[in-house]
Amino acid sequence: MAKVYLTTPLTEEQVRQIRSGDECYLTGTIYTARDAAHKRMVDDLAAGRALPFDPQGAVIYYVGPTPPKPGQALGSAGPTTSYRMDKFTPTMLQQGVKAVIGKGYRGDEVKAAFVQEGALYFASTGGAGALLAKAVTEATVVAYEDLGAEAVRRLTVKELPVICIHDSVGGDQYYTGQSQWVAPDAMVMPKKPEAGE
Amino acid sequence: MRVVRELHVNEISEVIARLVKEANYRLEPDMVGAIDRAISLEEAPVGQAVLAQLVQNYTIAQTEEVPMCQDTGVALVFLEIGQDLHLVGGDLTEAVNAGVAKGYTEGFLRMSMLNDPLKRVNTRNNTPALIYPSLVPGDQLRIKVDCKGGGSENMSQLKMLPPSAGWEGAKKFIVETVAAAGPNACPPLVVGVGLGGNFDKVALLAKQSLLRHVGEPNQDPDWAAREQELLTEINKLGVGPMGLGGKVSALAVHIETMGCHITALPVAVNIECHAHRHKEAVL
Repeated sequence: MAKVYLTTPLTEEQVRQIRSGDECYLTGTIYTARDAAHKRMVDDLAAGRALPFDPQGAVIYYVGPTPPKPGQALGSAGPTTSYRMDKFTPTMLQQGVKAVIGKGYRGDEVKAAFVQEGALYFASTGGAGALLAKAVTEATVVAYEDLGAEAVRRLTVKELPVICIHDSVGGDQYYTGQSQWVAPDAMVMPKKPEAGE
Repeated sequence: MRVVRELHVNEISEVIARLVKEANYRLEPDMVGAIDRAISLEEAPVGQAVLAQLVQNYTIAQTEEVPMCQDTGVALVFLEIGQDLHLVGGDLTEAVNAGVAKGYTEGFLRMSMLNDPLKRVNTRNNTPALIYPSLVPGDQLRIKVDCKGGGSENMSQLKMLPPSAGWEGAKKFIVETVAAAGPNACPPLVVGVGLGGNFDKVALLAKQSLLRHVGEPNQDPDWAAREQELLTEINKLGVGPMGLGGKVSALAVHIETMGCHITALPVAVNIECHAHRHKEAVL
């Protein structure tokens, strides 16, 4: 495991160097999108419309923040559960998105897409929304304002702490991490990843 | 002549508005204690790092009066209404919803409630609240508020087991539910279990078990022992804080039970995350 400082947008070369388990700190511009925004973006693409941001090397954060209090750039902003975006993630990666941030397990098709498209799945700490908001210095709604907390926002972040769960070579940090601590007589063993370095 | 105590529903609105804000800003002492115990038990460095972030997080939330988690939840409002109490001044359901709307708006909390499961339009004031009234002896009103996040609720499960499955079958289902939830539900978890009743009562038992102070055992020593047995099994899974691997996957298991039909062994698992936001007040 390494500590890696990354600046967005991400390049193919940067992505290829990251391995599952790496602690990464993201600085630059990232975009928020969760369930409703993903559905609209994928519908927009199907209708021949452009995405509300340049997807090349982009990072998407699955978050629906709380409203900012006076003086805050953004309210609390921890990750939401990622599997609900599984249906849309391969499409977003095909558009050039290089990393997504959320929490929790991904489906097999999405794990394969990270390898195929050369992209990363990061997790930030769920439920640590007040802490994670400290890394956000600016927030602007760029699309779907009617969705409220679910609108697409452009965030400026400084050293947003994340951990790489799935890398571009099939690594799976949930499996690697849990398999070190599961007791031999546990009723359920973690599922082995289908691919791995 | 006996005087019946009266309580104006506006007082209920005000208290609920305060409770939803406080629940989101300040982690209750039982949860702070449970996280402290997790820190003393966790051996995985990455697990320790996550737990340290959680302490930093709830400290910021409390100091700055901001929500500890961006999912400020659905407002679950449990009303234990004394049967000798007379509620006056308006509709109780409306008063509860008014309190939730006020608290979520004033408190800069997130509006997560939709008007309809398929139309999916945000109601923009986090109502309707989910209201659980019950009648109890006395002339007081006890209000318990739980701001329940969606991520952990989505990982909850219910099963109508055959009686032959017994405790072993129930235990297997409960542990598998927690394993499947993994990082999705934001562990370390509080695991609420209902056993018995019927299809709907068992889910309510699981939910009610979460209202207990975290780590306080079931009053029946037999069930208290089963709670410990389940906690031990769950913490063998290796899920750890935020599913990154470790010894502490759950902070506590709470079981609530009731009798059931000769054909049935209903079991429900209601998963709660480490940001377990519950508050209560007595009027």
